[in-house]
Amino acid sequence: MLSQESLQQIDREVAKYPADQKQSAVMAALRIAQVEKGWLPQELIAFIADYLEMPAIAAYEVASFYNMYDLEPVGKHKITVCTNLPCALSGGVHAADYVKQKLGIDFNETTADGKFTLKEGECMGACGDAPVLLVNNHHMCSWMTKEKIDQLLADLESK
Amino acid sequence: MLEIEIDGQQIQVPDGSTVMDAAAKIGSYIPHFCYHKKLSIAANCRMCLVQVEKAPKPLPACATPVTNGMKVWTHSESAVKAQKGVMEFLLINHPLDCPICDQGGECQLQDLAVGYGGSQSRYQEEKRVVLNKNLGSLVATDMTRCINCTRCVRFTTEIAGEMELGQAFRGEHAEIMPFVEKTVDSELSGNIIDLCPVGALTSKPFRFAARTWELSRRKSVSPHDSLGANLIVQTKHDVVKRVLPLENEAINECWLSDKDRFSYEALNSAERLQRPQIKQGGEWREVDWQTALEFAANGLRGIAQQHGGQGLGALLSPHATVEELYLGQKLMRGLGTDNVDFRLRQTDFRADGRRSGAPWLGMPIAGVGELDRLLVIGSFLRKDAPLLAQRVRQAAKRGLQVGVVGPTAEEWLLPVRSRMVVPPSGMVSALGQLVRALSEQKSVVVSEAFVSSLPAAVSEEASTLARLVGSGERVAIWLGNLAVQHSQAAELEALACEIGRLSGGRAGVIGEAANSVGGYLAGAVPSGTGLNAKGMIDSPRKGYVLLAAEPDLDFADAPRTQAALQSAEIVVSLSAFDSPALRESADVLLPIAPFSETSGTFVNCEGRAQSFNAVAKPLGECRPGWKVLRVLGTLLGLNDFAYEDSEAVSKAALGADYTRKLAGGETFHVAEAASVTDSGAGLERVADVPIYFADPVVRRSAPLQKTKDAAVPVARLSPATLAQLGVSSGERVRVGQGSGTVELVAAADETLAAGCVRIAAAHRTTAALGALSGRLSVERA
Repeated sequence: MLSQESLQQIDREVAKYPADQKQSAVMAALRIAQVEKGWLPQELIAFIADYLEMPAIAAYEVASFYNMYDLEPVGKHKITVCTNLPCALSGGVHAADYVKQKLGIDFNETTADGKFTLKEGECMGACGDAPVLLVNNHHMCSWMTKEKIDQLLADLESK
Repeated sequence: MLEIEIDGQQIQVPDGSTVMDAAAKIGSYIPHFCYHKKLSIAANCRMCLVQVEKAPKPLPACATPVTNGMKVWTHSESAVKAQKGVMEFLLINHPLDCPICDQGGECQLQDLAVGYGGSQSRYQEEKRVVLNKNLGSLVATDMTRCINCTRCVRFTTEIAGEMELGQAFRGEHAEIMPFVEKTVDSELSGNIIDLCPVGALTSKPFRFAARTWELSRRKSVSPHDSLGANLIVQTKHDVVKRVLPLENEAINECWLSDKDRFSYEALNSAERLQRPQIKQGGEWREVDWQTALEFAANGLRGIAQQHGGQGLGALLSPHATVEELYLGQKLMRGLGTDNVDFRLRQTDFRADGRRSGAPWLGMPIAGVGELDRLLVIGSFLRKDAPLLAQRVRQAAKRGLQVGVVGPTAEEWLLPVRSRMVVPPSGMVSALGQLVRALSEQKSVVVSEAFVSSLPAAVSEEASTLARLVGSGERVAIWLGNLAVQHSQAAELEALACEIGRLSGGRAGVIGEAANSVGGYLAGAVPSGTGLNAKGMIDSPRKGYVLLAAEPDLDFADAPRTQAALQSAEIVVSLSAFDSPALRESADVLLPIAPFSETSGTFVNCEGRAQSFNAVAKPLGECRPGWKVLRVLGTLLGLNDFAYEDSEAVSKAALGADYTRKLAGGETFHVAEAASVTDSGAGLERVADVPIYFADPVVRRSAPLQKTKDAAVPVARLSPATLAQLGVSSGERVRVGQGSGTVELVAAADETLAAGCVRIAAAHRTTAALGALSGRLSVERA
């Protein structure tokens, strides 16, 4: 179900824990799986659970708890805007509204061309940089004014 | 010990106690939802907040350990304020639908809302809605009512041994669910209904059937497995509506297996026999009791006069009560025969007269918690005795090490440290190796009786397993149903006793049915020259008395049993249920009451006699079995049948100190060879009696028959054996055993020993196969 490379990465994570506690690596394993497949279909979660010798529902608990795991397909670029209180006080909601207007989609929607998905995020631990947003879970963007959002979207569009 | 003051009362509690434990000790009730004494502590409902001296905030009583000199107030102004605050939050998303909720009247949330809830809600926004889940045919869901206490999640994980439910999503989106589209298939699943403090999980069969206050609560005892779980049977207008556990720490704790809980659905099934019937000229005719009883008595008397008492035989069910079994055997002995037996699925009786008494578990059920080594021989433990397996599961967490010998390594959801997977024909040798290895490891001399027959070499597996068994201080050796039904059961039992002697432990038998011990105590076994269950089939009798047993499903060899019964001149069948096979075999059908409609006694595997009363009036013209036998005895002019009540019968059956009649577990010697010798060719049959096929009552419980455990039997083979046969999993195969042939679907089973076919017994699709063990052929259909 996963490439040899991903499995090797998972094995490396598993090796960090005692042999009878393989399930400790579930978060890393789900992350690695999502990087390869783009999102986490149920069969993939079941596969990871099986691989780590844990109940499927326990892996699903983790996958559904953290909002960086995607349980549904997402576009090529996933933009997650933080709307928690500190961000909201510094324009987070406005930034989100601007992205919505630019892309013509609401939260949890994907553009028709499959390029962008917009998500509402939770605190990213950089309240001083508000408003912040996250691209594809790995790239964080700070002080997102309208200009910077224009620039970001243009960059992503061309990728 | 720690000193603590709760609500002004000074008490001492053991180290490690929580405030909740301490409060329970003085009888002070702290409101709670997620806390349960048998489950791990979650502290997520926050209802049990109490005031603790010097703590700045209220603390959850269930998760706060007692410290020395602690001062706690459970009902102070601050505590109650906190509890009321929690209640307001819990009610925010809880629907106000008590009038249409099945939990109404027995709902912890409803009860506590009376004390701690506001009369009006300050919450004006929309409540959340959670989609219902399909958990199978036993548990109904209304997930919007869920307060996320996670008791059900913890139960499946900790007690049932497999996490079948989980809490997915987060915060206000959190919901309890199985993994996508899965059902809850545990044999203990019904307990989550009791555990749910709200109406989120309710009983599907009982749904909307009655309100708790309309029901009478009566105590009873489960007639199914050998544990004898204590029941509260709830009835309305003499109809059993629901079964709940009666807490008994020594037996079932606060749990019930689904078999005990949902079998009641069969009590009012259309297949209940309601009127006496006789067969005349091949036609069945309903008659009154007098006619039927006289017909039966005359038939039996006729055989006794013509062929002597030896012409008769009685085959009694191990699920029958002590009273029925006692009067059944007394009837036969009165008619001048010792041909009486209740061990219908057993084939080897050579241990009779050699073991010192009635085989039983050899220890109290609650003693499982204190064991440190357990050897289980030839058992389908998890499905055959679900609550015993549950005890082993808990004990394993505290350090009990389990070893297993048997033809399958099926999943028991508990850690098995060491096992020998051997085909049935290899089990005697496996135990022999264990005996040899133990004697070498412990430097104890093997009993003389075994010296000559022990295998010369000891395998690596046997020596590992022997080290496990031999290294314990409190050791038990249990023989399961497969071992007892084995064609060399006597050797297995003798060797188990010897293993017990060598390891300083105690051998015992788990037992197949509610009265597997009681039958022995009631004398429902042949003595002297009397024929046992197998003998009565092998050399057919002219007349039979059949008690609560179905010829095609309850015997070791169904086709031969049916043939023997059909060739008899008269078969008197006392049964609660009707069936085509019974009609083919019997000449008189006497409707007797199932456990719910008769008083009686079961002796469970730990040798505890538990008497119970009827919880409902007999259906139709049914009569309690012991009364029918009493009248039959009187009609036949036999002495001493004038018992006043069932208590008098059980007193006569068990005597003052019946526990003296239990086997001591001493090693014994089997001299003569087994009657069935292994031909050595073909595949070996491994037959389990699936949990929901095991007795006439459970077979007719519709909700249980819809579960996965009641699936139509398949022919399970190890992948290697499948490959040898050139058959792939899912294909249909023709299975032949003796003269019987059936067609089944083949399935790969990696847990099975090579060269074996596991085919469930006690099902109509496999009944034609006959013996529960032996060789059979498998080919593609």
